[in-house]
Amino acid sequence: MKRNRRLFGGGPQMTEASLQQGFSRRAFVINSFQTGVAALLAARMGYIAIGENERYRDLAESNRVQTRLIPPRRGWIVDRHGQPMAINRADVRVDLIPDFITDREKLLADLARILGLPPEAVQRIRDRLENDRGFQPVPVAEHLNAQQYNMLKVREPDLPGVSVLEGFARFYPEGAAVGHLLGYVGTPNRREYDAENQNPLLITPGYKVGKEGLERVMEPRLRGRPGQARVEVTARGQLVRQLQTLPDSPGAPLRITVDAGLQSFAARRLGEESGSCVVLDCTSGDILCMASMPAYDPNAFSDGISHPEWEMLSTDPRHPLINKTLNALYPPGSTFKPAVAMALMEAGVDPDETVNCPGGYQLGSRRFGCLGTHGPMNMHRAIAKSCNTYFYTMGRRIGIDRFSAMAKRLGLGQRFGELPVVSQSYGTIPDPAWKQRRYHQEWSQADTLNAAIGQGYVILNPLQLAVMAARIASGRDIQPRLIMEPHQPPALLPFAGPSFEAVRSGMDEVVNGNGTAGASRLPFPDIRMAGKTGTAQVRNIVDANRGRAGTAWRYRDHGLFVFFAPVGAPRYAGAVVIEHGLGGARAAAPVACDVMTYLFDKDRAMQRLLPLEAGWGGNVVERSARRAALWNDRAPGSPPPPPPVPL
Amino acid sequence: MALAFVPRSISFLPWKALLIVCSIASIGAVGLYSTSPGGGGGMMPYALPHVMRFSIFLVMALAMSYVKPERYSEFVFVAYAGVILMLFATMVIGEVGGGARSWLNLKLIRIQPSELMKPVLVIVLARFYASVPPREILRWSAIWPAAIMVGFPTLIILAQPDLGTAMLIACCTIVMMFLAGLSIWLFLGGFLLIAAAMPIVFSFLLMPHQRDRVLIFLNPESDPLGAGYHLTQSKIAIGSGGLFGKGFLNGTQASGDFLPEPHTDFIFAAIAEEWGLVGGLVLILLFAMLLRWGMRVSRDARSRFEKLAAAGMTATIFFYASINLLMVMGLAPVVGIPLPLVSYGGSAMLTVMLCLGVLMSIDRNTRKNARR
Repeated sequence: MKRNRRLFGGGPQMTEASLQQGFSRRAFVINSFQTGVAALLAARMGYIAIGENERYRDLAESNRVQTRLIPPRRGWIVDRHGQPMAINRADVRVDLIPDFITDREKLLADLARILGLPPEAVQRIRDRLENDRGFQPVPVAEHLNAQQYNMLKVREPDLPGVSVLEGFARFYPEGAAVGHLLGYVGTPNRREYDAENQNPLLITPGYKVGKEGLERVMEPRLRGRPGQARVEVTARGQLVRQLQTLPDSPGAPLRITVDAGLQSFAARRLGEESGSCVVLDCTSGDILCMASMPAYDPNAFSDGISHPEWEMLSTDPRHPLINKTLNALYPPGSTFKPAVAMALMEAGVDPDETVNCPGGYQLGSRRFGCLGTHGPMNMHRAIAKSCNTYFYTMGRRIGIDRFSAMAKRLGLGQRFGELPVVSQSYGTIPDPAWKQRRYHQEWSQADTLNAAIGQGYVILNPLQLAVMAARIASGRDIQPRLIMEPHQPPALLPFAGPSFEAVRSGMDEVVNGNGTAGASRLPFPDIRMAGKTGTAQVRNIVDANRGRAGTAWRYRDHGLFVFFAPVGAPRYAGAVVIEHGLGGARAAAPVACDVMTYLFDKDRAMQRLLPLEAGWGGNVVERSARRAALWNDRAPGSPPPPPPVPL
Repeated sequence: MALAFVPRSISFLPWKALLIVCSIASIGAVGLYSTSPGGGGGMMPYALPHVMRFSIFLVMALAMSYVKPERYSEFVFVAYAGVILMLFATMVIGEVGGGARSWLNLKLIRIQPSELMKPVLVIVLARFYASVPPREILRWSAIWPAAIMVGFPTLIILAQPDLGTAMLIACCTIVMMFLAGLSIWLFLGGFLLIAAAMPIVFSFLLMPHQRDRVLIFLNPESDPLGAGYHLTQSKIAIGSGGLFGKGFLNGTQASGDFLPEPHTDFIFAAIAEEWGLVGGLVLILLFAMLLRWGMRVSRDARSRFEKLAAAGMTATIFFYASINLLMVMGLAPVVGIPLPLVSYGGSAMLTVMLCLGVLMSIDRNTRKNARR
């Protein structure tokens, strides 16, 4: 019995009856246990559903209801006459929410098929999905057409991670003509997001901030206030229904001083050249046009441009990414002479005093050349003929300090602090103190001679030249303005009336008399344009070898022209700079002439522009499309095709 | 008491039990209707198959009720051997579902042999303890054969690995041993031993994901988006329902996909959200009534085998339902156990209906003998 001995000794022997009795007792225990569990469950449920009902109801509500930001519509940018220059177009965009994607490759394949995405776009999305972490949406495509939109909308539930949003996209009707002026918008980057204390608006899909130009500087004014949509969503972020919507308040429209028509005309008139054209209202300082060409198309930039597009723009020797009105600096050449002439008058030089021009000026053993052998020159004729010898002689007589001070007073080398632009390169108006500071060298007489004809250390941007022309034309302290808002009329400059008159009549002679720009007279009997040509050396070469037509494009001289009109009662003033245009009279003055013509007679100006454009091979859009096609067709790895060289 | 015009074969059916299970299954169908994916409710893909499956199993259970209890006793070892074979087959050619290799695809039907094992083991144990002479009941010989017969398939199921089913079998076995009359000290001692072994099991035997489940059960808010998400969302569903619920088809937790598995493991939470405390209590009450009926069948049964079998079947249903309910209310760790008759899916329903079939067979036998 050892093997089968009882586990627990004692107690009576078990019988059928006692077992039966035990079963009933124990069944009662089990029954009670089950009842106990049921009671526990009932109590627990009561506690959750009644006791904590409020808390869990809130939690269910915050599960279900999501507040989404509605990106505010950006304020329009309109020109001085109210014509829209930057507007918002209804748009449909597609983004991917990385967290919700289940099968990435299948999804990308589906999207590529529905949207017709090229392989490099798919690869870009894949890279961003791999590298970007977290909830930040990855943009896929914008500007969907109706068919793509419908196909995606129908399939959206089967494509987890795809978000199709109806919103607004920025549109610039004038395209590249306003590229540098207005800038463009783009998806905020990490730095911008952090700079605004991680404002959730900035990571809302489809929201864009100003990246360049006025869009960037005027961002706070253009932005507006976001709206809010309370929507019911599923755990996967799918929209169930809209609950209530607080509409966004759009940004205020921004009226700028620019004349959209003039801006567009100037950009077109610059044609294939690399250059800029600035026109001011010389009674108020309003910038009527500030064109820099070639330029990027801000519409393409606002959508996010592709790598090949970027490469094409950044390797173009004509620098379409640089705003040449503000950020390119040129030696002004002879366009500097009106400023020197002003200084001569203020220094008491008699405008009728003549200087004989034998074709140059001898300083010690060095000879400083003139473009002609002009004979006896007074101030009026010296301006008209752009005689260097006169300005060498007279500039040296009054000294560098006097005419550099005058140049600064006329706006040259100055930064215009009130101007809402991203950056200004303001260049140099040299004087002895500056040279000592910069190069630790003594100022020499040769430096004075060079400066007197706008060469040597003098470098300026085109806007400054336009301001100089405007101040000479109006006699007022013109400050360039871009935003239409109430302002004080500019004060008079503290210079004598005859000084202005002498310089203005010299500039009148340049165009309308026996001067350097006689070919660029305005085609009106009663309206005259005054101006001053300039030709700036790119390379310091001896006279005979200056950058003439035979040399490579990038070594050719810049052509410059400053102007104002009408001569009797100046209203407009400006400057045109054509890079490597060979000469001011040849390249820049005709542009200025046509732009001024536009201001007085649009039809006549267009009649002159159209044949020119036909000769260049179409309008701006057609030409840039052809250039892009040429770029894309080049063999991989080969150097970029040479840009068409203007002659 | 029976109406005269009702044929005896009809009036003799266990109407009370049938009414209870039909009510439970109907509530399940209503819940499944409203958890139809995409919101708005629908017969497909859950409610209609659920009703059809239940109807088939109900016919099966009724058919089983006409089989004499002794027959189950006689053929149980054949069934036992068969299910063991199926368990082995599952190890080799089984299909993985819910993380465990527990499905056997028999072309016509896909079943989980571990589910079949539950009622079979109940009958095996009932037959064994019915055959143990009263004086032997306190000896080793009353334990080790049962331990082997239960332990062997349980180990296979553990290896699948299906911890939930193995635990369920273990609990049922303990209840049956308790009812069979084994010494009370065995259970008290065992309870103390398990309590003492808990920390060791927790830190050395459980796999990391099982350990996480326990930790998250103790503090679900610690991981609101990970494994604790299930529990938190389940409690939100029940809690936001309040007294009368949000109304049929108005639940947002299930239709918004916040509540995971609203048609299987968390169906109770989905129902409670729409029907509130009242709806939940009705369901709990119906289960309690079913169990009470089962224990009464056990109490009234004539033979020791029938008593033990009926109690074991009832215990199986009890553990099934209570573990699920404890889980969805955050009183037990999340183990993948559905709510029988309510959740979508055939396995749990099959087990419960097999149990019901045997219970009705015992009930019929008892009442037939009582009339003689």
